[in-house]
Amino acid sequence: MPSERTLKLAAVGTLAGIFSGLFGVGGGTVIVPLLIFWFGYGERMATGTSLGAIVLIGLLGAVAQGGFYGNVHVGTGLLLSIPAVLGVVMGTAIQQRIPQRAVSLLFAALLLGIAIELIVK
Amino acid sequence: MDELFAALIAVAGGLAGGLVGVGGGVLTVPSLTIYIGLSQLEGESTSLLMIVIVALVGAFRQNAYGNLNLRDALVIGVLSPLGVLIGVVVGNEVPQRALELSFAALALYVAWGLVRRAWRAPDQAGQGRGEAE
Repeated sequence: MPSERTLKLAAVGTLAGIFSGLFGVGGGTVIVPLLIFWFGYGERMATGTSLGAIVLIGLLGAVAQGGFYGNVHVGTGLLLSIPAVLGVVMGTAIQQRIPQRAVSLLFAALLLGIAIELIVK
Repeated sequence: MDELFAALIAVAGGLAGGLVGVGGGVLTVPSLTIYIGLSQLEGESTSLLMIVIVALVGAFRQNAYGNLNLRDALVIGVLSPLGVLIGVVVGNEVPQRALELSFAALALYVAWGLVRRAWRAPDQAGQGRGEAE
């Protein structure tokens, strides 16, 4: 029998997938708060672990869309990944230098933006 | 010029990934559809490729900072496709507007919880490494 902790993690993965399938938002908006509130993760640990999970989630989606349906523009994606990678390296570096509660507040602002976008849509 | 905007938005998407641990699709999808001219489906699919690269580099950086629980990340990632399947089925059965408003309400509720957390325990907030049960 898997441990209770593993079952809870499985629930996080399934919920992240459900929201991804429903709204096309990445799992991160679901994974980060659940790791914080259900597992007592600190903000930095939650966001780092979320990125690790997103690698797998995105990979499965990209392979399905690209491999089966040919919808991925590989050249454009790779080219635009260069500035995006620059951003994530800066973002992680900045995150180590700000208080963890600032990360919570930034995340709350992101959720507020998503909620407004969904409501006025 | 459009390419420059797309690149700037991609930087912002990466920044969001590094700061709050999301893939940044909220930003990269519009940059691909509006400034590069891809269709919505192509934009979302191409964005997935970018998200994988961004998340991979971000996870490596966070690992170097000691902020990655690899085992938990793997369990979450491996179990997500089941959820995607459920989400797609539910999305086709339940009215889209009801789903959007429910998710908006949930997002506001979680945002409120995060604000309270940041407000209440500024000193201890966020020391946990997810290892205690």
